[in-house]
Amino acid sequence: MTTRDIVFAVIGVIASASAILAVTTRNLVHAALWLVVCLGTIAGCYVVLGAELVALVQVLIYVGAVVVLVLFALMLTRSPIGPNRELASPWWQRILAAVLAVSVAVLLAVSLVPLVGEGALESKNGDTKEVSAAVFGTWVWPFELLSVLLLAALIGAFALAKIAGAGLVRTPKRTPTREGSAP
Amino acid sequence: MHLWLPMLLASVLAGAGTYGVLARRNAVLVLIGVELILNAANVMFVALGAADDSPLQTGQSLTLFIITIAAAEICVALAVILAMFKLQGHIDLSAPPLLTSPDDEEANR
Repeated sequence: MTTRDIVFAVIGVIASASAILAVTTRNLVHAALWLVVCLGTIAGCYVVLGAELVALVQVLIYVGAVVVLVLFALMLTRSPIGPNRELASPWWQRILAAVLAVSVAVLLAVSLVPLVGEGALESKNGDTKEVSAAVFGTWVWPFELLSVLLLAALIGAFALAKIAGAGLVRTPKRTPTREGSAP
Repeated sequence: MHLWLPMLLASVLAGAGTYGVLARRNAVLVLIGVELILNAANVMFVALGAADDSPLQTGQSLTLFIITIAAAEICVALAVILAMFKLQGHIDLSAPPLLTSPDDEEANR
C-alpha cells in the first residue's frame, strides 16, 4: 500500500458512504447536500489519480452548478422540508431495488477489478498543459460539437419551460353549469 | 497506485445510483441517482487514463466531455420536471399519469 492508496481509500470510503446516504435519506434537501459531499470527495479522488484539471472542473460544474440546479428544482417543485413519509416507496420496491443495485455493484466489481490487475503503477495522467493540448488538438471537433449540444440543451430547456407555462397546461376553469345557463 | 481501488469505488457509485433510480419516487431524486451513475463512469475513465500513457489523454478528455454532457442533460431534465410539476401539480413518478386534460373531463360530464 502506497501513500496514494491510503489517501484514495479514505476519500473513497467517504464518497461511497455519502453516495449511499444521498440515495437513501428521507429528507429531500439532505439528499442534495449528501450529493455535494459525494461529488466533492470524488474531485479529491481525481486529484489523487493525478487529474487536477478534471478535479477542478468537477468542483466548478458538479458541486457548483449541478447541485444548485437540483436545489432550485427542489424549491420550485415545493418539496417538503424535513423527512416525509408520503414520498417513500413501498417496501417491496426498495428491497427489489437494493437487490438489483447490489448485483450491479458486484457484477461491475468482479468484472473490473481483475481487468486492471494487481500491480502498482505510477499515474500517467497528464498535467493541465498536456490535457489542453489534447483537447484543443486531437479532440477539437468533438469539443466544438459539445458547444452546439449545450446550445441545443439551452434552447430545449427554454422551449420546454415556455410550452409548460403557456400552451399545454390548462387550469380547471369554472364553466357555468347547465342549469345556470338554461333559460 | 493500485487501480483496483478506483474500480471498486466506481462499482459502489454505480450500485448506489441504480438504487436511487429504482427506489425513489421523487423525480429530482431519480436524477441524483443518474448523476451518481455518470460519476461512476467518470471515475473509471480517469482511473484507466492513469494506466495509459498515450499523448491523446483519452481518459481525462472524455471525462471533461462527459461532465459537459451531464450538465446539458440535467438542464433539460430539470426543465422536464418543472413542466411535469406545472402540468400535474406533483413530481411523483409512481402516480398514475394524467391521460385527460381538465377540459376534456368537463366536456364529457
